[in-house]
Amino acid sequence: MPRIAYAFPDEVLEHVFSFIHSDQDRNAISLVCKSWYEIERWCRRSIFVGNCYAVSPVMVVKRFPKLRSISLKGKPHFADFNLVPEDWGGYACPWIEAMASAYPWLEEIRLKRMVLTDESLELISKSFKNFQVLVLSSCEGFSTDGLAAIAANCRNLRELDLRESEVEDLSGHWLSQFPDSFTSLVSLNISCLGSEVSTCALERLLAGCPNLQSLRLNRAVPLEKLVNLLGRSPNLVELGTGAYTSEMQPDVFSDLSRAFVGCKQLKSLSGFWDAMPYYLPAVYPISSRLTSLNLSYATTESPYLVKLVSECRNLQRLWVMDYIEDSGLEALAVSCKDLRELRVFPSDPFGLEPNVALTERGLVSVSEGCPELQSVLYFCRQMSNAALVTIARNRPNMTRFRLCIIEPRKPDYLTLQPLDAGFGAIVEHCKNLRRLSLSGLLTDRVFEYIGSYGKKLEMLSVAFAGDSDLGLHYVLSGCDNLRKLEVRDCPFGDKALLANAAKLETMRSLWMSSCNVSFGACKLLGQKMPRLNVEVIIDERGPPDSMPESCLVEKLYIYRTVAGPRMDMPGFVWRMEGDSALRVS
Amino acid sequence: MSPESTGTARSAMSDVTELNLKETELTLGLPGTNNITTSSKRAFSETTVFTPTSSSTSNPAPKAQAVGWPPVRASRKNAMRGCKYVKVAVDGAPYLRKVDLEKYESYDQLLTGLEAMFGSLTIRNHLGNGAEYMPTYEDKDGDWMLVGDVPWKMFVESCKRIRLLKSEASGLEIRRTELKLKEKTCGN
Repeated sequence: MPRIAYAFPDEVLEHVFSFIHSDQDRNAISLVCKSWYEIERWCRRSIFVGNCYAVSPVMVVKRFPKLRSISLKGKPHFADFNLVPEDWGGYACPWIEAMASAYPWLEEIRLKRMVLTDESLELISKSFKNFQVLVLSSCEGFSTDGLAAIAANCRNLRELDLRESEVEDLSGHWLSQFPDSFTSLVSLNISCLGSEVSTCALERLLAGCPNLQSLRLNRAVPLEKLVNLLGRSPNLVELGTGAYTSEMQPDVFSDLSRAFVGCKQLKSLSGFWDAMPYYLPAVYPISSRLTSLNLSYATTESPYLVKLVSECRNLQRLWVMDYIEDSGLEALAVSCKDLRELRVFPSDPFGLEPNVALTERGLVSVSEGCPELQSVLYFCRQMSNAALVTIARNRPNMTRFRLCIIEPRKPDYLTLQPLDAGFGAIVEHCKNLRRLSLSGLLTDRVFEYIGSYGKKLEMLSVAFAGDSDLGLHYVLSGCDNLRKLEVRDCPFGDKALLANAAKLETMRSLWMSSCNVSFGACKLLGQKMPRLNVEVIIDERGPPDSMPESCLVEKLYIYRTVAGPRMDMPGFVWRMEGDSALRVS
Repeated sequence: MSPESTGTARSAMSDVTELNLKETELTLGLPGTNNITTSSKRAFSETTVFTPTSSSTSNPAPKAQAVGWPPVRASRKNAMRGCKYVKVAVDGAPYLRKVDLEKYESYDQLLTGLEAMFGSLTIRNHLGNGAEYMPTYEDKDGDWMLVGDVPWKMFVESCKRIRLLKSEASGLEIRRTELKLKEKTCGN
């Protein structure tokens, strides 16, 4: 019987592979046989590295010589909430340097939670002749000088997206570095920048780029200027306004409204900092076109928010502050039957008393009224098992469910029981649930449910929950598809971790902080599992050698890797490797 | 929830509790002993000066003061009712923290807040400790200044980062007294 692999010339196989784009499929192809591995690696164009320390730049460059697009993620997710100290790592520089020499034809770089310097930005701008897409999501370490280099040198730039990055704002003049001949921009997101950008430079840029589809401005762009900018970019599909506030002037209002109408493709709005009720109705004429609305910075009172949201009957995504209240969410449930994603953010997260009338009822209403609802992020101050069970029964199609009850360990406010049954219902009914965040009073029982039912669960976030190691054991032994687990302030410890050591190699990463894991267990784990990096973050200067085995670890980050210990650990991070903790740097 | 699942849970539970770690490859503690220590002592809390606030896992919930809780990103916090996060470095501490200046209304509140944030780090002169810290900050022009010279609002506006310098010579206690006097006389 002829071996199929030799029946086709490489070119044919390569052509067939060119229709396969998903990373998982590509990875599967590469495992079929050696020749497929070889063919596939030469024609892979795009790669996603979920943990920049799982593999080294040298290894990537060696295996995939012809990449055009790379995505990298650095710091653990909990870095977003100040739990990861500064200078922990996630440096993009070694990657940029490796790619600069290996991939002269690289087109796209997407980084998330990484540290990037101006030097690296300059290197990017000078090394890749056809560079097109730069997305920096929650990154830091660079300034507007680096952006100036990108603007000046990347002649074919299509996308520059700085979403939520921390940029050292030296001046707004970097935008003027785009040459007059520059025409290729399709997407620009500068919403995270603090200082003013030159409006002249913006106007000139927009005038020169007729294909601009997505423009997200920063807060410093005043409402009056927005009108001019909209006039110059009639093909916009997505717009992020600047501060949505001004003196109440009827002509500004009507100009604004006309400008919105003039952008006939406009489907998505965001920005709305400090939104004034007076100007919200300017959106009404286009409200039926809108599929995405981000009002999460609009500190506007409920009635105005409700009116606006009720007008947008084709809304698929709504991000809003809890000023919308239960009544607003009820109206949403009536008006927006196509809603797929809802995020409700807290206006006063650190206040001890509720400042708005937003409870579990709002979420229940939306779950009843919106049949397409799949993705929820909801901050509130009270919840009940009954509500969660109702939500679960209403929406078995839920794929992402993140609930944050603001006070840690708060029980069901009706019965004073733990919320185990409620979250249990969520995992039981929502069979395609991929992401779950827990809160409120929870015992080991909820983890038993999660382990039993959460078979498709990929990411789980846990805080102030559980009674014992059993909780962790249920999750690690039951959730077959778990990739990321992040835990804080839970009484999970050594037994469950060590008993499920092998599971950790099937996951991307595990974060545990303020739990009951001892140094001894970490050392043992590090010793037994050489393909994991078991990193402890400590408060003291000395090596963990001198610490008693029974001492508890404050912060622990474990991830699988084929690259061995990382070379850039700061003084407060130690890799555990058995009897003596080693630092290699 | 069906009662059946409780049954399976019970057996899973007994599996784990019966998991005799000596029989598996992974063991904890010295070979030949069955001694699994369960101390919950955190490292070096009595001996070092610097100990960040550590939340106990067995005590009742800290009311909204746990670091990073509720999980709202800094960029979102900064966009809401006037937030201004600056980095705080402390001499002798291995890593930095961030503090929101808008949460305080005076220098005294800020210094108290910093003391609370850094746990047993004492900014004032404490018996048996001997370490005192001088608060300094970097302003918009990049100069390092002593905290407390300018009116509070001006400080919040111009402060880019804070550094607590270890100072044997002059106690922060003196600084605080000066600040209190200044605030009283200027009616801040």
